[in-house]
Amino acid sequence: MTTAEKYVTAAYCAIFAVVLLYVVIIALKLQRLEREVDALQQRSARERDEDQEREPVQVG
Amino acid sequence: MLVTGALLLVFFVVPNDLNQGFSQRIFYFHVSIAFTAYACFAAGAWKAFVHLWKRDPRADLESYVAIHQGVIFGVLVLVTGSIWARISWGHWWLWSENQLVLFLVLFLFYAAYFMLRFSVDPGPQRANLCAVYALFGVVLIPVSFLAIRLAQKFIHPVVFTRHGANFGGWMLVAYFVSQAALLTLAYTLYRLELSGKRLDTRLRELRRAYA
Repeated sequence: MTTAEKYVTAAYCAIFAVVLLYVVIIALKLQRLEREVDALQQRSARERDEDQEREPVQVG
Repeated sequence: MLVTGALLLVFFVVPNDLNQGFSQRIFYFHVSIAFTAYACFAAGAWKAFVHLWKRDPRADLESYVAIHQGVIFGVLVLVTGSIWARISWGHWWLWSENQLVLFLVLFLFYAAYFMLRFSVDPGPQRANLCAVYALFGVVLIPVSFLAIRLAQKFIHPVVFTRHGANFGGWMLVAYFVSQAALLTLAYTLYRLELSGKRLDTRLRELRRAYA
């Protein structure tokens, strides 16, 4: 491999690495958002169940 | 697919340049990335203008994401440009070159945009400040692009002149395919990041409503 070939390969590898890093960061962020949506969904379901379990009390 | 096609053209179809030989192959992605960065900054400025005009908070987020993309592509321009400079001129960086220095100024200007954005509390005031800043930066784009043409003495190659491109055949095809590939990639990443940011904002509002 000549010096020019090494440098050209390094340039294209740098482009690939930066784009890959960016995609990984976005993917991690989307995973975090998905976890938060799941947590909110579970909380909503739990609160709904608690409301149903509560016995109705006649007031007055 | 476009990126793969561009890479195949660059490495297997395009002939070696007479002056620079194999190292000229950096050109296809380096120049395409530079134009993509300019396009991202211009899109960011346009969205900032839309925000100031219509007071649309979505435009503020779109402007921010476009400038973020521009800075990422700007990093790639500087990295690939330095590597190419090292092979062609024997230096990683030349402070005497207007084209390089003006691109660095443009890059640093937009990098400072994030310092401004994250130093002000979210809200209409931050959106307005950022929009005005992004609009000021757009002036640097034509200055950076035209610097090489206005310079009296330079060693940075001029590829596109008033009479058209300085090359033809497969080289021109490879350049256009690379340019299309990088613009498509930038747009895809822009949509991806924007949808993530919008989802994040909506989730935050939902959490606040739940609390």
